Amino acid sequence: MKKSILTAIVIILTLSGSYAQKIKGSDTVLPLTQEEIEAYKKEKPSASISVTGGGSGVGITALLNGTTDIAQSSRKIKFDEKQKLAEAGKAVKEVIIAYDALSIVVHPSNKVSQLTREQLEKIFTGKITNWKEVGGDDMKIIPYSRETSSGTYEFFKESVLKNKNYMNGILSMPATGGIIQSISQTKGAIGYVGFAYVTDKVKALNVSYNNGKTFIEPTIANAKNKSYPIVRPLYYYYTNLSAEGKSFIDFILTPKGQNVVSKVGYITIK
Amino acid sequence: MNKVLEKFVESLLKMSSAVTGITVLLIIIFLFKEGLGLFKSSTVEKGYTLVVNTQNPVNRLTSVEIKEIFDSEIENWKDVGGSNDDIRIFRFDEIFTMYSDEELGDGYSLLPQKLGEIIQSDSTIIAFLPLKYVPKNMSGIKELKTDIISISDFFLGTTWLPTATPSALFGILPLIVGTLLVSFIAIIIAIPFGVGVAIYLSEIASEKVRKVMKPAIELLAGIPSVVYGFFGLVVVAPIVQKVGGLTLGETAFTGSLILAIMALPTIITISEDALRNTPKAMRDASYALGANRWQTIYKVVIPYASSGISAAIILGIGRAIGETMAVLMVTGNAAVMPHSLFESVRTIPATIAAELGEAPGGGTHYQSLFLLGCVLFLITLIISIISEKISGRKIIKE
Repeated sequence: MKKSILTAIVIILTLSGSYAQKIKGSDTVLPLTQEEIEAYKKEKPSASISVTGGGSGVGITALLNGTTDIAQSSRKIKFDEKQKLAEAGKAVKEVIIAYDALSIVVHPSNKVSQLTREQLEKIFTGKITNWKEVGGDDMKIIPYSRETSSGTYEFFKESVLKNKNYMNGILSMPATGGIIQSISQTKGAIGYVGFAYVTDKVKALNVSYNNGKTFIEPTIANAKNKSYPIVRPLYYYYTNLSAEGKSFIDFILTPKGQNVVSKVGYITIK
Repeated sequence: MNKVLEKFVESLLKMSSAVTGITVLLIIIFLFKEGLGLFKSSTVEKGYTLVVNTQNPVNRLTSVEIKEIFDSEIENWKDVGGSNDDIRIFRFDEIFTMYSDEELGDGYSLLPQKLGEIIQSDSTIIAFLPLKYVPKNMSGIKELKTDIISISDFFLGTTWLPTATPSALFGILPLIVGTLLVSFIAIIIAIPFGVGVAIYLSEIASEKVRKVMKPAIELLAGIPSVVYGFFGLVVVAPIVQKVGGLTLGETAFTGSLILAIMALPTIITISEDALRNTPKAMRDASYALGANRWQTIYKVVIPYASSGISAAIILGIGRAIGETMAVLMVTGNAAVMPHSLFESVRTIPATIAAELGEAPGGGTHYQSLFLLGCVLFLITLIISIISEKISGRKIIKE
């Protein structure tokens, strides 16, 4: 319902041709931006901001073409993209609006409750194939990944696999919901999902990034104090901003805006 | 007045068929134009190159070797024909952890210089750099020669890793095999059910039953495929897993089951129409010769309708091969050569749907997905030609 109202507003604004602030990009950031706009509108009913998804890459390309005012992105701007913007005479500015953390999840019956980054890397690149090698039952490991189009896929590859490729023929699901569903019904499964998606149907693992010295539990508090390692910032990128856009970004950074961040299931910046 | 109207309607009809024809042609041309560029592309990502120290005897690497080096599966130069030294991998982004933006000069003018120094100083390095920042006229460094993606790599390669950097692998054989496997098993499951239901509806069922069954079956065709996919993932996959005692439920067989259900309406409606089209005179003649109902169905009606039934089956295969969303959700999408029905497979339509969204326009990944579209187009074209040939054939000579 809320979404349809928002869409209607967007359509009306586009039709009336008013100077709406346009935000475009990552689908991960999309639900957050939508909620932020609604909250912002309660404060300033006259505001007109529209948001569309399409992927982080799409947003930054739109920024380059001048078809959006703000690009939302779940990854840092790439060097090439920055260069292209610089060539077009646009200096790009960056602001972090929230953090997103990934949980490593397994089937609830799995005895294993913690893994190191090195073990995760070996599991997802196909070097470790049985749970008994990491302290579990004698059972085949079935890793699930997201599809290549997802920003989560890239982030996990960078952060956990240290840029190595996933094993050939890894199972891949088109959506986070699919990963949760599959893992909840497959005993040997392991996968990764955003914090906000973890349910009782799966078990989240503690993770160690220092070779097993300390294992950190995936909680919001641990992600906030930076002790949980698999955390990524969510960005807004812009070149030059109208007063409207500036006040919107400022709003997100206020306690009220950050409240919305936790409500959507992401981690606040402070 | 009427004549003018007729002329007008006639030209309108002509125009709409011309527009349809041209659209189909344009889509095909577009598909092939976008796809065929792949065979002109280098195996290394566009705009990037691999650079090594001149002391390194290696001059050329295949795409598989590049992938294995950057995945740390090959760790020594002697494995790829070099000296007995450990390989040091240098990714472009590392430069920004070694130097600050200020040290790299205004507009990164000093960047090539710094990169060059790093490569000069280490004879075991392999650096993956944007072409723009490769140091020019600097001694001690050389670019590696890489191959152009070949037709045999594409059609016979067994590794599909389209986003691997620096060198993506585009082997579509597992995808083709996966698509055909899932579709044909689906059709083998669907044929006995589909044809059986069609015979029942046209020959045995009372008018009352028919009036309820027919719309119900046609309703099956109207259910969105994502609903089938969800049903498959939540209901069918766990059943397959439990009954088969398998480690996972998202297998080729699960996909086949869902596709079989989805192909049923096509098979049933078309073969039922064919069966009902058997002239009354033929049935009467059969009865007149003393044949009972079963003999009539078996010896007269089915042979008469067999071309229609075959066409129905082939259209069912076409439906199954092109199906995207349902398969994407239930087959697990692992791009490996399937060894059995109870392993996960990845199909061509699922691959295109899942990957096209973020493939950078005009890049090799994008081109390879269009080429996959061409392959799928050719497969369905062949199927329609066969179906056309079969349905045109008459088994009983008149």
